[in-house]
Amino acid sequence: MADLSVKIKDLVFKNPVLTASGTCGFGEEIADFVDLSELGGVVMKGTTLKHREGNNYPRMAETPSGMLNAVGLQNKGVDNFIRNIYPNIKDIETNFIVNVNGSTIEEYVELTERINELDKIPAIELNISCPNVKEGGMAFGVSCPSAEAVVRAVRAVYSKPLIVKLSPNVTNIAEIARAVESQGADSVSLVNTFLGMAIDAESRKPVLSTITGGLSGPAIKPIALRMVWQVAQAVKIPVIGMGGIMNATDAIEFILAGASAVQIGTGIFIDPTLPVQVVAGINDYLDRHNMNSFNELIGSLQIG
Amino acid sequence: MKKTVQELVLIENTQLNHDNFRLVLQAGSELPEIFPGQFVNVEIKKATEIFLRRPFSVLDVDYQNRTFSLLVKILGRGSRVLTTYQPGDKISVIYPLGKGFSQPETTDKVLLIGGGSGVAPMLFLSKVCGLNPENVHILLGARSIADHVDVSAYQHNGKFYFTTEDGSLGEKGFVTNHSMYKSELSTFNKIYTCGPDAMMKAIAKDAAKAGVFCEVSLENMMACGFGVCLCCVEKTTSGHKCVCTDGPVFNIKELTWQI
Ligand SMILES: Cc1cc2nc3c(=O)[nH]c(=O)nc-3n(C[C@H](O)[C@H](O)[C@H](O)COP(=O)(O)OP(=O)(O)OC[C@H]3O[C@@H](n4cnc5c(N)ncnc54)[C@H](O)[C@@H]3O)c2cc1C
Ligand SMILES: Cc1cc2nc3c(=O)[nH]c(=O)nc-3n(C[C@H](O)[C@H](O)[C@H](O)COP(=O)(O)O)c2cc1C
Ligand code: FES
Repeated sequence: MADLSVKIKDLVFKNPVLTASGTCGFGEEIADFVDLSELGGVVMKGTTLKHREGNNYPRMAETPSGMLNAVGLQNKGVDNFIRNIYPNIKDIETNFIVNVNGSTIEEYVELTERINELDKIPAIELNISCPNVKEGGMAFGVSCPSAEAVVRAVRAVYSKPLIVKLSPNVTNIAEIARAVESQGADSVSLVNTFLGMAIDAESRKPVLSTITGGLSGPAIKPIALRMVWQVAQAVKIPVIGMGGIMNATDAIEFILAGASAVQIGTGIFIDPTLPVQVVAGINDYLDRHNMNSFNELIGSLQIG
Repeated sequence: MKKTVQELVLIENTQLNHDNFRLVLQAGSELPEIFPGQFVNVEIKKATEIFLRRPFSVLDVDYQNRTFSLLVKILGRGSRVLTTYQPGDKISVIYPLGKGFSQPETTDKVLLIGGGSGVAPMLFLSKVCGLNPENVHILLGARSIADHVDVSAYQHNGKFYFTTEDGSLGEKGFVTNHSMYKSELSTFNKIYTCGPDAMMKAIAKDAAKAGVFCEVSLENMMACGFGVCLCCVEKTTSGHKCVCTDGPVFNIKELTWQI
């Protein structure tokens, strides 16, 4: 058994496999299928200061090798999280990470301060890349000045590991990654979903209530992989890769491209035991390639 | 009730009419308890061009043989390919999912109304509701006689009534046009229904007017089926609820249907 542990800043992950925000609820929802303590971490459903109803149904469209979603950050707000969810998860041995969302910089900061008070939340993932909300969300993640501004403000109030989740809906994702690194981000995670659209030709109507939505699943994997590779070249902080991971080999590809850890999202919908299978698969791979430590694998892509 | 992902073995695939098939699946270990209205999420691996699992209600359970059955109606690519699976094939299934229909009181007189693929949970409910069959009325609607499935295996569970749009079986028209429905609706303690939205909305409207308890089973589009994606939501009096975990069965009083 190789050493699968990996660090982001001073936070230790027992293995590099996390569940992605919005695809595992708050962890409890998949606890029937997997022992959460076998995971490197659980990134919980996007949380906001106040309760959000999310967008109207229909919110989902199946697409070739993937799906579009337009959930729109439905969640019961941070008070509910602290009162009703945190007590149930705080003693489970894995890293529970809150996915922090806001429509203004002030909201991001206030929410971060609330989460900062929770001892057993060792890190946050700052979501500046949600494509499904009218205000804030992705707007912060598509230009360097706005991404810098929100990261700077949050960094000022938060000293635990700060992961910033990047949007792929940009011309040059490496530039955005460098911008958030310059403001003190400890890690970047990518990618969030790609803005897409589905039309029902017979009814001549859009499939989603919001017309556009976020594309995820294997359909996006090659682009996500390319972006992770570009970002890993551009920054010194650890990169967390995701986008269409459906098995351990997919995960290893992201790690070879430079990711220090991966997140599993849409793949959970097809098989909620996938995250633990990926942990086992990475371990097998290291054994087969005679590596004792996962860290040897990170960014070990052989070019030329 | 713990949900699991399991590889089940298809042991029987019977064509019931031109587009309905009964699939019987067997588990390697003891089945969890499964209630009418609950469903399973099926991976249709042979349909390589579809990505997500497909949800199907449970039609019947045989705990002794560790089997349960599904009634699969061909709609699109996934359901079509699923009906071509052969005995011996393995199928990955996540189950049991959702909350089923509420249990009637032993003295209740109930009306079960099924249309289209919504027939399955109604037949299952008729079998396990535990009522005197005299108090169980089952009304099934379809376009024509060719679209109805043979329900003789369930005939002792209650009194059956049929409608067809062309009058080829039972009374002509929709379920809501049936003479028994029109004359006896208010005599039922509970109405349970599953089928096309338009049918369920018409029934909900009549039940609300008559002041009769009514539960409907919704078929919203699902990505996960176990409560993590929040794609399957229905608007209720207490906000968006997940059809896959809070439902698929809802009391009509919880819904915000314009009825
Ligand atoms: C809780 C529940 C119970 C169901 N029970 C039964 C049953 O007992 N028997 C039966 O024949 N059918 C049942 N259905 C419907 C069944 O899931 C669809 O017919 C099937 O998913 C169609 O897939 P397809 O690939 O053949 O069609 P597609 O070509 O993909 O789509 C055709 C139509 O099927 C429906 N559909 C497609 N994908 C989904 C999805 N992921 N979730 C929900 N609906 C979808 C949509 O209305 C769509 O317009 C149930 C659905 C739900 C949600
Ligand atoms: C239904 C759904 C909901 C999501 N909700 C969130 C969210 O709340 N916050 C967030 O940062 N990302 C969210 N995402 C994006 C995923 O975390 C992930 O970045 C993306 O889906 C790509 O990975 P995948 O292809 O493995 O799913 C969501 C994705 C899906 C499919
Ligand atoms: S289908 Fe995913 S939450 Fe209901």
